[in-house]
Amino acid sequence: MDIVVCLKQTFDTEAKIVLNSNGKIDGTGVNLIMNPYDEFAVEEALKLKEKFGGQVTLVSMGGERVTESLRTALAMGCDEAVLIQDPDLESPDEWVTAEVLAKAVSKIPYDIILAGRIAVDDGSGQVAIRLADALKIPSVNCIIKLEVEDGKAAATREIDGGTELIEVRLPAVLTAQKGLNIPRYPSMMGIMKAKKKEIKGMTLADLGIGAADLPRKMSITKFSLPSPRKGGIKISGEAADAAKELARILREEAKVI
Amino acid sequence: MNFDLNEDHIMMRKMVRDFAEQECAPGAEDRDEKEEFPMELWKKCGELGLTGITFPEEYCGVGADYLSYAITVEELSRVDASLGVTISAHSSLCANPIYLFGTEEQKQKYLVPLVTGEKMGAFGLTEAMAGSDASGTRTTAVREGNEFIINGSKIFITNGYYADTYVITAQMDKSKGNRGIAAFILEKGMPGFTFGKKEKKMGIRSSATYELVFENVRIPAENLLGEEGQGFKIAMVTLDYGRIGIASQALGIAQGAYEQALKYSKERSQFGKTLSELEVIQFKLADMALQIEAARLLVYQACHMATEHRPVSKYSAMAKVHASETANMVATQAVQILGGYGYTRDYPVERMMRDAKITEIYEGTSEIQRIVIAANILKD
Amino acid sequence: MAKGIWIVIEQNKAEIRNVSLELLSQGRMLADKTGDPLVAVILGSTVSKLAGIVTPYGADKVILVDDENLADYTTGAYTSVLNKLIRKEEPQAVLLGNTAVGKDLAPRLAQRLGVGMASDCTGMEFDEESFLTFRRPIYGGKAFAQVIANARPVLATIRPNTFPIALPDTARQAEVINETAEIDSEDLRAIVKEIVLAASQRPELIEANVIISGGRGMKGSENYCILESCADVIGAAVGASRAAVDAGWIEQKFQVGQTGKTVSPTLYIACGISGAIQHLAGMGTSKVIVAINKDPEANIFNLADYGIVGDLFEIVPLLTEEFKKLG
Repeated sequence: MDIVVCLKQTFDTEAKIVLNSNGKIDGTGVNLIMNPYDEFAVEEALKLKEKFGGQVTLVSMGGERVTESLRTALAMGCDEAVLIQDPDLESPDEWVTAEVLAKAVSKIPYDIILAGRIAVDDGSGQVAIRLADALKIPSVNCIIKLEVEDGKAAATREIDGGTELIEVRLPAVLTAQKGLNIPRYPSMMGIMKAKKKEIKGMTLADLGIGAADLPRKMSITKFSLPSPRKGGIKISGEAADAAKELARILREEAKVI
Repeated sequence: MNFDLNEDHIMMRKMVRDFAEQECAPGAEDRDEKEEFPMELWKKCGELGLTGITFPEEYCGVGADYLSYAITVEELSRVDASLGVTISAHSSLCANPIYLFGTEEQKQKYLVPLVTGEKMGAFGLTEAMAGSDASGTRTTAVREGNEFIINGSKIFITNGYYADTYVITAQMDKSKGNRGIAAFILEKGMPGFTFGKKEKKMGIRSSATYELVFENVRIPAENLLGEEGQGFKIAMVTLDYGRIGIASQALGIAQGAYEQALKYSKERSQFGKTLSELEVIQFKLADMALQIEAARLLVYQACHMATEHRPVSKYSAMAKVHASETANMVATQAVQILGGYGYTRDYPVERMMRDAKITEIYEGTSEIQRIVIAANILKD
Repeated sequence: MAKGIWIVIEQNKAEIRNVSLELLSQGRMLADKTGDPLVAVILGSTVSKLAGIVTPYGADKVILVDDENLADYTTGAYTSVLNKLIRKEEPQAVLLGNTAVGKDLAPRLAQRLGVGMASDCTGMEFDEESFLTFRRPIYGGKAFAQVIANARPVLATIRPNTFPIALPDTARQAEVINETAEIDSEDLRAIVKEIVLAASQRPELIEANVIISGGRGMKGSENYCILESCADVIGAAVGASRAAVDAGWIEQKFQVGQTGKTVSPTLYIACGISGAIQHLAGMGTSKVIVAINKDPEANIFNLADYGIVGDLFEIVPLLTEEFKKLG
């Protein structure tokens, strides 16, 4: 069973976001990590590999530092990685990313494509599903359980108010939700082995894509930061009085109850 | 000269830190309180390869350098010094002498399962009458045909009772003093090998510290480690390397306590300012950071010497003295910064301060380390 | 030129979700500015009577696609039908709720159409050239991006609870058009085998008006009943912080935060939650935040509108009683 995992490097979820003098998100000094949801995708791929054999190939798009996250996934046990890097891929939108990934993935054998259900940076949750459509294969979004048998996947996905069990013939794209598994730590041995594994660099030219083929469908016109909330009123006094006062305020002043 | 960690070390630090924070930190307070040995965590350490970092792949080790090992012990100790010493004693004091002095058969039989974490190791040198001065060793070994018969006892043995494999020293010829000492490999469960008192300690309370008791323990001759009369040398070389582990443990305690103090000082307000805005606290924090950074450089330098197979004794002694004294200074100041809260068990600095003290004592007291340093610099 | 603002109505067993009514209400205001027709699109099985339910919220036109293949939502069938409709009618914008369905359907549809999409928006307006621009949280709400499509149509999913529901205008008349479902066979490859809905009577977390959440201070799974009792008095949903989920005290689906659900209720009551940046990312847009925490230094007090320093095990039951008295 060959598996492709789409991996994105993101800011650490603990990172503070600031804008630089050009009004863009300032990445200076920010700790970068593997998108937490992609960790679930990597873990699921490795579990499938342990069960069925085959290759796990990572595919990512971004700058040089993405190799750090790719190395981590290789240390966890993935076999090889492809990193698409090109000056013409500055500020890609989700359509561009999906189109480029589709070209790259179609050069790799796969039965299953796994990805995180959302990236914690742009929070758009589009690329993996778009990729499935670009490849003309089905997708199951937001899965919390997966069973694979006889070329079919039975995936339980989270829906509002419950879960849904979807059966789909492979190949398919599956996006991982927290709860699907507990990602392993890369072992010391894995870390030592990872440096011998290949991270293959690719450009748009390698994929047969011209810059003109990638008009952006969406543009970001402005970044802003939320106006900071200020601490409000602390209600003091005995517990009973404080509870009574809080209930009164919520009803009479805030009018939210 | 390059002060940057390489990609592997960065990844190792991140991995061990994630593991330490997510798996080890949550129960550390509880294990300390109950004096509960971290057996589950030990197993997980084995799975992650933390039990055989410096040993070559041919013995199922990771084949990484001493810096990888130091980073591991540092990161574990940053949240739980008891787990740090469990790994350190196992690797430095049991697996390492077998690796350095063992025969190929001994390495296959004992080193491999230690390295994989299937078995845990301990080291028995200290006795009631032989602390800093090993020549007081009263445990005896007598050759009888194809066996040695061991009698005596060892105290303060880290990982005692829980460990499967023990490297111990015993006197074979008292007239020869230190040159009469030999080292042996013992297995838990050998007839006559039992455990005595479990120590109730001030700190590192979840690590196990036991007395080992030998009553006519018969071991096969092939369990002699090195040669007869080589035991003292084996012990000294073992401790030269072992100090790197304890220095790393101390560094980790210091780092953990410092981070707690730093975080608290930014959150806690007094006199209308956060503590971190008060100069008196800023100076404390600066001194803590300064000493930690100096300790780290010494520890990492000792690692470099060990990895390059160069004389490590002076460097590991310097690293241990400075790191352990730093750990005590930093942890004490961290408690001071947290004030009344710091003195309670609601905050980990209380535990860290108790844990720090032992690093100035075991595997050679600070006084002994200074003797080692002096001996090294005077012989040059 | 593309005309029309479409709202894809989300319904479940002929029950229309609030977010769809919120979108109709806001869509009406937008449509009035440009003279675009506001179109409600309803897919499902035996859904014809829903036209009458959505019209009072502002629809000029209702497109009904009634087919038994659309009874349960499936990515493929819904994409197939909507793709054809949108290509035929060329609306300028298609809006969906940022729900489990919206999050799954909109990206697939956008790719099929070869167009852009804005996810999980918390604001939208027309710019000078009558292009819809969207405001959307990024980095888990630690920043916002203003985004605009470079071509039409544009798709967007809008976060529930972002816009108020207008008062229904029962006199409003809308043109109702029935369309047949044309589903490509390759879009029927995924089969829904089973749907399990939780037995809870409480509102869905992302749509709830009031959420009462518990964190590390809850100390154990057995204590969530304290929050549940309070939730049931005020019709709230129960949430949790990552610390509580990671400790195994409560299921992951209740997690609020950057790696959990993003919520925007009218009232968010944080109990025993320290206020890690991770958590704030998921609930920072709540209109009113209440914090109950025994640690006076807890970060949550820095952004709570109302705070009580105290033991939640004491305060929450008292608060529950007070809420009962309010009736």
